[in-house]
Amino acid sequence: MIMRRVVLTAFAFLCLVCAASAQTLTFPALSGRVVDEAGLLRPSDRAALTETLADLEAKTTDQLVVVTLKSLQGKTIEDYGYQLGRAWGIGQKDKNNGILLIVAPNEHAVRIEVGYGLEGEITDAVSSFIIQNSILPRFKLNDFPGGIKRGTDDIVQALTGGANAYKSAAQEPSPAAIDTSGNQPAWPIIIVVLGGILLVIFCALRGGGFCQVLFQIVLSVAFSGGRGSSGGGGGSSFSGGGGSFGGGGSSGSW
Amino acid sequence: MFRLVTTIPRSMRLALVVPLLTFFLAGCGVNNIPTYEQNAKAKWSDVLNQYQRRSDLVPNLVETVKGFATQERTVLEAVTEARAKATSIHVDANTITDPAAFKQFQAAQAQLSGALGRLLAVREAYPELKSSQNFLTLQSQLEGTENRIAVARHDYIEAVRVYNTELTTFPGRIWASFLYKSNKPMEEFTVDDAVKVAPQVKF
Repeated sequence: MIMRRVVLTAFAFLCLVCAASAQTLTFPALSGRVVDEAGLLRPSDRAALTETLADLEAKTTDQLVVVTLKSLQGKTIEDYGYQLGRAWGIGQKDKNNGILLIVAPNEHAVRIEVGYGLEGEITDAVSSFIIQNSILPRFKLNDFPGGIKRGTDDIVQALTGGANAYKSAAQEPSPAAIDTSGNQPAWPIIIVVLGGILLVIFCALRGGGFCQVLFQIVLSVAFSGGRGSSGGGGGSSFSGGGGSFGGGGSSGSW
Repeated sequence: MFRLVTTIPRSMRLALVVPLLTFFLAGCGVNNIPTYEQNAKAKWSDVLNQYQRRSDLVPNLVETVKGFATQERTVLEAVTEARAKATSIHVDANTITDPAAFKQFQAAQAQLSGALGRLLAVREAYPELKSSQNFLTLQSQLEGTENRIAVARHDYIEAVRVYNTELTTFPGRIWASFLYKSNKPMEEFTVDDAVKVAPQVKF
């Protein structure tokens, strides 16, 4: 009887040890655009930040999430940050345009974690500049809401066309090569448009079954496309778009 | 039933069987090894990319530090030398299945990491260097790159683990033995180097 109990206890203990060693990082639930696990923000701050962040996504599709953490679970903020970003999938899947502003007050650490797709705009130097000049001075005075708000505003500003101003403020050369999104070559569009016009002329002159089928396809695509784009968006619930992170960004401590 | 099958012409039977067979084989993981291999190779090129990025930062960093700390000649030379050595090593997709070449690459990068760590430590003795915006920018870029290297290495190790496991466990082992004979296990980074790789930069 006693023997059995000893064996059972030993077994239970073994299971416990195994479970403990298998335990990986746990992440807070993505309850909104502002996840205030450490309780640094007043409800009014949270509401204001959420509005700013929702506006940003509506404008640029960039997803910026503010998160405060009770504990980094023994990891560095760099190690925790990118895994949190990946776990939540912040940013659109095809653009990886997510950013996290992470504050861990107990470890005195702050980090701007930048998704793959925004590394060209929010460079390491820019995020370091924002942390050193906007966030840390306020955190040092224990003004956490102020630091978070100012940092968020700076990131938003850099994302909505102010990137070059921040780059030059951080004394970083901003070569034109980085910004390739603006000047895509126009010739593929020209070819498609020209082809379309030629096809219309051809069909107007010749007619025939082929053209009928073609126009039916074009019409159905046009209509389904119109209907499809009206869906999505809106609503108060928020979820990540499946973006990924590769360790870009910068950290600071106070 | 059998009659029905035999009435179908031979060529059509073949046309039915081939896609069916492909489907079943794919379900049994016949494609796993090449898929995991490609994935691991992609992660490897990420790793190389980030090391290259670090290498590109070094000359600028050396120049900036030189402007403020001319007497730190030995440290500066060590960095330049380590960078030259690291870039002189030829690395490509085959390096990951060649233990000797991989070790050489890893050692050279570790040496550069160490030299960079000593270079950054120099800043404590030079207040003007420490507060120079140019240096701060380069430092943040270097930190970011070191962090990206850590992430890329982590992802690569994970991809290699999956690939190597598939190669050596059932049923991947069977496919490997008669379809992918030339596939070799890939090298992983050793932990002791991972500790050395990130110079601790704290303000």
